[in-house]
Amino acid sequence: MSTIKEVQEEIVSEFEILGDDKESTIFYIMELGGNLKPFPDSERKEENIIKGCQSKVWLIADEKDGKVQYQADSNTDITKGLISLLIRVLDNRRPNEIIHADLDFIQKIGMGSIIGSQRSNGLAAMIKQMKLYALALQTKQNA
Amino acid sequence: MSLPIDQIRGLFPVLHQEVHGKPLIYFDNAATTQKPKAVLKALQDYYEKDNSNIHRGAHALADRATRDYEETREAVKDFIGAREAAEIVFTKGTTESINLVAQTFGRKFIGKGDEILISTMEHHSNIVPWQMLCEAKGAILKVIPINEAGELVWKEFEKLLTPRTKLVSVVHASNALGTINPVKKIIDAAHAVGAKVLLDGAQSTSHLDIDVLELNCDFLAFSAHKLYGPTGLGVLYGKREVLEEMPPFLGGGEMIKEVTFEKTTYNEIPFKFEAGTPNIADVIAFKAALDFIQELTKSKIRAHEDGLLAHANELMHDIKGFNPVGTASEKVSVLSFNIHGMHPFDVGQMLDAKGIAVRTGHHCTQPLMKRFGIEGTVRASFAVYNTRSEIEKLAESVAQIARLKNK
Repeated sequence: MSTIKEVQEEIVSEFEILGDDKESTIFYIMELGGNLKPFPDSERKEENIIKGCQSKVWLIADEKDGKVQYQADSNTDITKGLISLLIRVLDNRRPNEIIHADLDFIQKIGMGSIIGSQRSNGLAAMIKQMKLYALALQTKQNA
Repeated sequence: MSLPIDQIRGLFPVLHQEVHGKPLIYFDNAATTQKPKAVLKALQDYYEKDNSNIHRGAHALADRATRDYEETREAVKDFIGAREAAEIVFTKGTTESINLVAQTFGRKFIGKGDEILISTMEHHSNIVPWQMLCEAKGAILKVIPINEAGELVWKEFEKLLTPRTKLVSVVHASNALGTINPVKKIIDAAHAVGAKVLLDGAQSTSHLDIDVLELNCDFLAFSAHKLYGPTGLGVLYGKREVLEEMPPFLGGGEMIKEVTFEKTTYNEIPFKFEAGTPNIADVIAFKAALDFIQELTKSKIRAHEDGLLAHANELMHDIKGFNPVGTASEKVSVLSFNIHGMHPFDVGQMLDAKGIAVRTGHHCTQPLMKRFGIEGTVRASFAVYNTRSEIEKLAESVAQIARLKNK
């Protein structure tokens, strides 16, 4: 399995192909949303909504063999694409790796200027919530 | 004679730029309009030549600044057809103007069991100040419903209007839908039961000819920045007899006649409501914006904008998946819509990628969005400097985006 660093490098090179064209970048991000696994309707509840996003984002996490398994969904296609990128980088890893992951691909692909400040804040909230789930699992493992 | 739009565009430096490698098309005019060079020059001139505090300075600069500041008050008076400049109060914006009325007129004249009437299509700034007042005074907020087209239901309004109604506070033109409300009829009906009327003119003053004497409204609130003027400046018009009866809003300098530690007496209107050093530079520059509008005339501005809206409707109505929100028969140049299967935020971001600036979301009208059962809309709003070819680019882009989910 590739490391967090390697997956991020892959993503950066994929975005490099798109170049500076914002339009095709946005369309690409929207397409990525299609990679998300179907989200269980029963989990589409208030407590699973990430605070701080303008669009609705539901995120849940589970443990399998000591690793964090994420599932997420959103009511907007661009946000779905963003969270699918985060899941691609962080899913199915040990809590310790996730907690200490330096997600520099976001800055490297210039995500801030692609998605604007409101969505960047939302993206930061998603990362925070993903790390919090990892931290909770780690605490449980150490108990 | 139609307006020389190319020439007018030349007066707005901000329009001539590219965003994301595409020429900017600015369709977020209901949020704020761009500023003509004359406004920018007036701001710079003031700070370069006349900067000083107004009304009490004993020197030439203060005299010039005071004169120019008061000239804008005169210009605003003419702009809305008020009887006298003393009826024009400068505020921070429409929001502050409405809060001023709520906190002064409201606190003095609205009591327990009294009713305030607003409509379903109000901006939050014409809802929340009244909720705060109602909570403080035990008054009751009532809401006029609207129909599917986004028009007030007149019969329901008549039912809600009773001798208990002390104030009707309604939007003249809706920011989210564009609906122009029949305010003259509303004002006459409200006065017949003894209620005062506040008009939220934030969206109407840039498009429609306003004559407060003919309308006979008691208050009119609006913002300079939606009128090609500076941000952070608004106007509250009030009839002299009403303003005089109202207690002051903020306490401080300027608003007093005499201060002793025992008792303070208050200045005359409008100064009673302008505590502290006001927004001098922006007030002075606002006159250049008003001159700009007056020179073009609002009837010509409106004719141009109506033409743009009609052109947009014509090009977009049969795009598969295009759902307009707000289809009133009388509208200002606001086109609110959704695309089937897509979130307005995504549509806005895709339009931005094409260089087209629109607003997305609930437009500070959450109860209105709830009425239509939607989270928000994409809103394109047109101003005097927009062109038919920009509308065509919008229609083409919306069609392309809509095809993603509406094959």
